[in-house]
Amino acid sequence: MSHIQRFPSAAKAALTNPLKMSQPLGAALAYLGVDRCLPLFHGSQGCTAFGLVLLVRHFREAIPLQTTAMDQVSTILGGYDNLEQAIRTIVERNKPAMIGVATTGVTETKGEDMGGQYTLFRQRNPDMAGTALVFANTPDFAGGFEDGFAAAVTAMVERLVEPSPVRIPTQVNVLAGSHLSPGDVEELRDIIEGFGLSPIMLPDLSLSMSGRQPTDFTATSLGGVTVEQIRAMGASAATIVVGEHMRVAGNALELKTDVPSHFFSRLTGLEATDKLVRLLMELSGKPAPARLRRQREALVDAMLDGHFFYSRKRIAVALEPDLLYAVTGFLTDMGAEVVAAVSPTQSPVLERLKAATIMVGDHSDVETLARDADLIVSNSHGRQGAARIGVPLHRMGLPMFDRLGAGLRVQVGYRGTRELLCDIGNLFLAREMDHEDHDEAGESHGCGGGSCGCNAV
Amino acid sequence: MLQDKIQDVFNEPGCATNQAKSAKEKKKGCTKSLKPGAAAGGCAYDGAMIVLQPIADAAHLVHGPIACLGNSWDNRGSQSSGPQLYRTGFTTDLSELDVIGGGEKKLYRAIKEIVQQYDPPAVFVYQTCVPAMTGDDIAAVCKFATQKLGKPVIPVEAPGFVGSKNLGNKLAGEALLEHVIGTVEPEYTTPTDICIIGEYNLAGELWLVKPLLDEIGIRLLSCISGDGRYNEVAQAHRARVTMMVCSQALVNVGRKMQERYGIPYFEGSFYGVSDMSDTLRTMARMLVERGADKALIDRAEGVIAREESRVWRRLEPYKPRFDGKRVLLFTGGVKSWSMVSALEGAGLTILGTSTKKSTKEDKERIKKMKGEEFHQWDDLKPRDIYKMLADNQADIMMSGGRSQFISLKAKVPWLDINQERHHAYAGYDGIVNLCEEIDKTLSNPIWGQVRQPAPWESGPSSTLMAAE
Repeated sequence: MSHIQRFPSAAKAALTNPLKMSQPLGAALAYLGVDRCLPLFHGSQGCTAFGLVLLVRHFREAIPLQTTAMDQVSTILGGYDNLEQAIRTIVERNKPAMIGVATTGVTETKGEDMGGQYTLFRQRNPDMAGTALVFANTPDFAGGFEDGFAAAVTAMVERLVEPSPVRIPTQVNVLAGSHLSPGDVEELRDIIEGFGLSPIMLPDLSLSMSGRQPTDFTATSLGGVTVEQIRAMGASAATIVVGEHMRVAGNALELKTDVPSHFFSRLTGLEATDKLVRLLMELSGKPAPARLRRQREALVDAMLDGHFFYSRKRIAVALEPDLLYAVTGFLTDMGAEVVAAVSPTQSPVLERLKAATIMVGDHSDVETLARDADLIVSNSHGRQGAARIGVPLHRMGLPMFDRLGAGLRVQVGYRGTRELLCDIGNLFLAREMDHEDHDEAGESHGCGGGSCGCNAV
Repeated sequence: MLQDKIQDVFNEPGCATNQAKSAKEKKKGCTKSLKPGAAAGGCAYDGAMIVLQPIADAAHLVHGPIACLGNSWDNRGSQSSGPQLYRTGFTTDLSELDVIGGGEKKLYRAIKEIVQQYDPPAVFVYQTCVPAMTGDDIAAVCKFATQKLGKPVIPVEAPGFVGSKNLGNKLAGEALLEHVIGTVEPEYTTPTDICIIGEYNLAGELWLVKPLLDEIGIRLLSCISGDGRYNEVAQAHRARVTMMVCSQALVNVGRKMQERYGIPYFEGSFYGVSDMSDTLRTMARMLVERGADKALIDRAEGVIAREESRVWRRLEPYKPRFDGKRVLLFTGGVKSWSMVSALEGAGLTILGTSTKKSTKEDKERIKKMKGEEFHQWDDLKPRDIYKMLADNQADIMMSGGRSQFISLKAKVPWLDINQERHHAYAGYDGIVNLCEEIDKTLSNPIWGQVRQPAPWESGPSSTLMAAE
């Protein structure tokens, strides 16, 4: 799916300042949204160490992540022994409810048969039957972060969810894509609960990655959707699928359980949120709660107040595909022009982007394309390039290691859209005010002599 | 071959641990075998990057799939006073087709693009697991590229799965010995030229030390590799004395430079007042032994006397504040012993230190300094540390970034002393910085607040009583 070349990639051989992150890392994040889970990378220990550091820096949280510690010999002879030993050690030491395995470039180049290894492990270790095991194929050399996240969610659906003879009319599933922060997931839960429905989020990062204060040190994830809840997803009245990369998992869930799924390409923006609210009203048979109505009014008001500063602004956006879609969609909704949309990987969602230039590339491509832009929206890795060309950077996505509270930002629903609208709008507003001040005083300012279009010298 | 090189690195005569081993043990090498499901830490490629990436004007190209660079670039605090090219992440980003068809041509094209666009003095090419498995010969590609493009292109053969970070440090050292050191002659030499190995200028630490060297009259000819420049590293063979900072990690480089060029080396540390003074003294003495002017020793003593009296005066205010404060050190290698002396000098009590990553010499050293009573934990589990901290057995923990949450979640002050830290702790000024950081953290008013129970957790709380 992700290998089809729909959009031009940069023709260069040296990827420079990568925007892309690897598949296993995405899988690890998905597994971290499951309660008492320990993600396990089937590969060399370095694969785990790098991923761990990146997630620690973004979330400012302890990240449970283990490795099968493949060395040269086990790589050539086959990694089953390492995998078995790792799982046994983890179960004995940490007693997790679930172990989520993600393969890496090392084991995928060898071509380890993960399906066969799962069966073999279960046969040889009947004493471990109480621990849920999920395997996902996530080679480093194909796809990227979002694909790995999707692979892990699909694997959890296929391995754990069971069809149910009964329907619980107030229970809904949410397949929450990797572009939703823990804060976004929390916001979605609030919205859905406001209609008297009880959501099961898969994965649920809002319960595990939102700054928990444990009473004891745990080597597994603390909080998240439980394995029992995942198994019970078959009894839900509906599934809300958020993001293009969750579509495969959504289809798998529907095929397995007959729970009808409703697809949302994004939940940022007025109309996008309206669509969700309409569905929730239909599913619950209840009117929208007063709080949500007030939030919608506040968003409409913010759009009226803020559109002045967005109109025809030239913005370059470089993010993971589904977040890229949500952000470019929101920006064009507000009247801005997306001059460049850069994605780290191919994705079907790129076809629906509204942008002057759409490409698969890296931060150095952004640096080239955004030279005369008013704003860049990207992750923290974009800061070097943005500084070099003197364009302000609004940080979104992952990793965001130079801002506090990266995990708890909200940009879905009426409230989240309004927050995003104000955050970005304030950057434009600050610039305009600065220029007015400087124009009056006739002094120079930080743009380096009119490069931003001001009159200052 | 890579295997031969690894064997050679393992068989290190400069390492006392290795010399004490039987022939069979030697062959097994010095990396502990990693336990699947209970391992932590970086791989050999990570270790190689740590050593070489601070060479600031060179381009560093990672030949591998995206995981090796995409997840890790732009995450170290090694600073440069000039060129910034080292902060640019380059990778061949191998795809499925490259895995099947081989990535050598792509690697060559990538090198060529970098040379044409950025014109660096050299390109370092890092091998990783996947192309090592598919059989990409990066040494051959680098050799070809060097001839074709007229620039040194250096293969660094340390794919992750050959071993630990420490082994990667050594393999990076081998790459320098084989391809870099001795390839450039300095414009001029002086009898006080030195080379420092294993200092990475994290948070600008080297800059706290270099002014003192300048003042004494010692010329830093070459630093491997903090604030490094390719040509300076290539001139290292003209140094008169080598200092090794991170004890065992790059001992192969120090020893082979002695063997090949007759440069004597010593081990030293910039952390702590007495260690810093010892280092400057040893440096001056060894340079004089090799023919430098005897006045060098007097100048060194002069600087030491002035700096010591100044630093003790500046540390004085902290002493009553640190009285009775207990520190848990959770770090490895050289930092475990050099930090101990640094902290005690400031009046702190050190409860113990982890020695998981330390070598036998490191441990002996601590034992000599602190006696048998002192705790040296070989395999301290995070849960045990959490318990110690939660039970109020320590007032502050000092460690690397990854274990910070053990301390913070136990609501105990924590200080970063590893590679991602933002403050420089080396030299005389560094120890004052360190004490200032410790004091800031210890005296922060949040600790009392965050330890309060939530309103729903307790009955009539003490704060309520106080309010009445």
